[in-house]
Amino acid sequence: PVLCFKGFSLDLGCSFSKYVRQSATVTVLILFSTVFLFFCCLLPKVAPMMNLYNAMAVRIQRRWRGYRVRKYLFNYYYLKEYLRVVSETNDAIRKALEEFAEMKEREEKKANLEREEKERDYQARKMHYLLSTKQIPGIYNSPFRKEPDPWELQLQKAKPLTHRRPKVKPKDSTSLNDWLACTSARSFPRSEILPPINRKQCQGPFRDITEVLEQRYKPLEPTLWVAEPTDELKLAREEFRREEWLRNVNDNMFLPFSSYHKNEKYIPSMHLSSKYCPISHKEQFRSENPKKWICDKDFQTVLPSFELFSKYGKLYSKAGQIV
Amino acid sequence: MVAELATRPQNIETLQNAGVMSLLRTLLLDVVPTIQQTAALALGRLANYNDDLAEAVVKCDILPQLVYSLAEQNRFYKKAAAFVLRAVGKHSPQLAQAIVDCGALDTLVICLEDFDPGVKEAAAWALRYIARHNAELSQAVVDAGAVPLLVFCIQEPEIALKRIAASALSDIAKHSPELAQTVVDAGAVAYLAQMLLNPDAKLKHQILSALSQVSKHSVDLAEMVVEAEIFPVVLTCLKDKDEYVKKNASTLIREIAKHTPELSQLVVNTGGVAAVIDCIGSCKGNTRLPGIMMLGYVAAHSENLAMAVIISKGVPQLSVCLSEEPEDHIKAAAAWALGQIGRHTPEHARAVAVTNTLPVLLSLYMSTESSEDLQVKSKKAIKSILQKCTYLPALEPFLYDAPPNILKHVVGQFSKVLPHDSKARRLFVTSGGLKKIQEIKAEPGSLLQEYINSINNCYPEEIVSKFFPELQVCALLGSL
Repeated sequence: PVLCFKGFSLDLGCSFSKYVRQSATVTVLILFSTVFLFFCCLLPKVAPMMNLYNAMAVRIQRRWRGYRVRKYLFNYYYLKEYLRVVSETNDAIRKALEEFAEMKEREEKKANLEREEKERDYQARKMHYLLSTKQIPGIYNSPFRKEPDPWELQLQKAKPLTHRRPKVKPKDSTSLNDWLACTSARSFPRSEILPPINRKQCQGPFRDITEVLEQRYKPLEPTLWVAEPTDELKLAREEFRREEWLRNVNDNMFLPFSSYHKNEKYIPSMHLSSKYCPISHKEQFRSENPKKWICDKDFQTVLPSFELFSKYGKLYSKAGQIV
Repeated sequence: MVAELATRPQNIETLQNAGVMSLLRTLLLDVVPTIQQTAALALGRLANYNDDLAEAVVKCDILPQLVYSLAEQNRFYKKAAAFVLRAVGKHSPQLAQAIVDCGALDTLVICLEDFDPGVKEAAAWALRYIARHNAELSQAVVDAGAVPLLVFCIQEPEIALKRIAASALSDIAKHSPELAQTVVDAGAVAYLAQMLLNPDAKLKHQILSALSQVSKHSVDLAEMVVEAEIFPVVLTCLKDKDEYVKKNASTLIREIAKHTPELSQLVVNTGGVAAVIDCIGSCKGNTRLPGIMMLGYVAAHSENLAMAVIISKGVPQLSVCLSEEPEDHIKAAAAWALGQIGRHTPEHARAVAVTNTLPVLLSLYMSTESSEDLQVKSKKAIKSILQKCTYLPALEPFLYDAPPNILKHVVGQFSKVLPHDSKARRLFVTSGGLKKIQEIKAEPGSLLQEYINSINNCYPEEIVSKFFPELQVCALLGSL
């Protein structure tokens, strides 16, 4: 028993912390000395009791042996619990990810279906003229079939497709009263309640919000010079011109002089020109057949031509030179 | 016209022979802006085609002219000029250095502040290609002040601009920890993490690449990336349809998990291991590689984490990879990962051995077709698993076809287990293992001989002598 107590103290000395070790060593030293004296004097009388104590000490030691390792270095039950929790988390994550993947697939399928539906609708609208009438069955409604093709029903449902008309842009006229054109709520808040600001609050004191808004959105008070239109004379002139124009028969200016028409290029008519070059009059009217010629010589000029149109355009005036 | 011709690669040779560079150079100085733009576009397409043409662009002194007019012209010209710079800079570091030398970086950074998103995109792309080559060029790009502007570009609504900005940040951060720190200091990580929820696949792929380049350098950077709350959003990226997104997501998780046990613990606690294992199961080829490496890194840190990998059903998946994959480097990674899992305790080794991977590893080690890397890794894995393995049914096949250096370990394990387990001893004899042991020739005094002796000592003399009559003679001699 003496030896086993000593062994116990050594055990304590190795495994506990320094403070505990010191105090434990001191206590055990005292215990050791008392026990030594006790054994030297009283042991023979109390041997059976010591055996009982011995047995109890053995049981206590057995329970506490390796306590630190079991509890702190390698805690088996904690590890088991941890692994169980990890596997549960894994299952939960796996399930969540599968659901996520399924949801994504469903969305994609739905988007595909919608796209196909839209495509079919567009095709039906384009082809709506193929719909069958009372007199003539359409191509999808053949009389030899028991029921019409599904396209027939689609065509019946579809609205005829019209080309998009060019959008008429409204002319943006700015007038003096529209100076608050940018009226988005965030840039020009009108109400007393402003949107929340997440930054640090500015230090006060602040003016009353109604006063501020009144000052900020004070309507424009233009002076007389700005407010009244100054171009009345110009507008009146244009009005007058428009009235005059109503009475015009021909918008082209009358220019009686022949020089005006000098700059015009002659555009030959399409009937009289071939692919390659404008046909000359000679070619147009004359077809030459040398076998029918009486003699070899060509026509000769016997009488000079008189100038019928020499004075054309120049008869009345030469002074007006139109540029 | 030249620009249109330059879109077809076969025309480029003809154009080059016609001496088109000097022509385009003079056209760049033309008065009419449309001609300048088209000339710049043609130059860009030519330079894009191959690096000889890009060098020709640099040699003809076109770059200073481009850079000078980049500052003044309208947005079409800016886009075309940035395209030229990008096309020249992408081929090699020397060309990119030439671009930096003629002062293009400052003008490109100014373009990043332009209103038009197309101009910003072209400038960001050019910066990305310049920064891609090496650390000095990236440092030059960072010194020009590009990083905060790129972070602004990420917040813009256009998806193409976001993609390019994210890829530019990724290419800047990949070279060194300081550059990655610069990117993090500009506040990029929070925005990148938010954008992971975007459905566009290419954008996600670039963001994940950027985050993994940032987190790969050090523990602090990895912790900063984790603090941006990427888990569990990253796990949904692992289920994406696009292969690149899956690959980059598993790369990111790998880069985070490899630094410390605490980070691996974090990944395990959020269920990352299960997601990665599922991802490995659904991919093929190179897409699997980062996931396999991630499992290896997690298991390497501690035995608890290795046990977590085992209970998440990682080992069957890894053995499937090992046997299925045709590429050697993926097999080597799987072998390494299995070695890391099985090397801690007999429980771990048993979990690995039960899935019948050890024969596969042995065959890979012995096969002459495997690359050196694969052979080395499978040998290490076998050794580390065998040293802890006490699961005898898995060890028995090794007695028959293992080479001597592995046989030593196998016999050693038998000699450790058999003396204490009577059922195993009986099984050993009935399965013919004892007979095989006797047939092994070992040098006397070697470790193998010691192991064989200790095994023989477990059995009574008659059984041993039945297999090996000479031993009976020795025993008789010994008793004399």
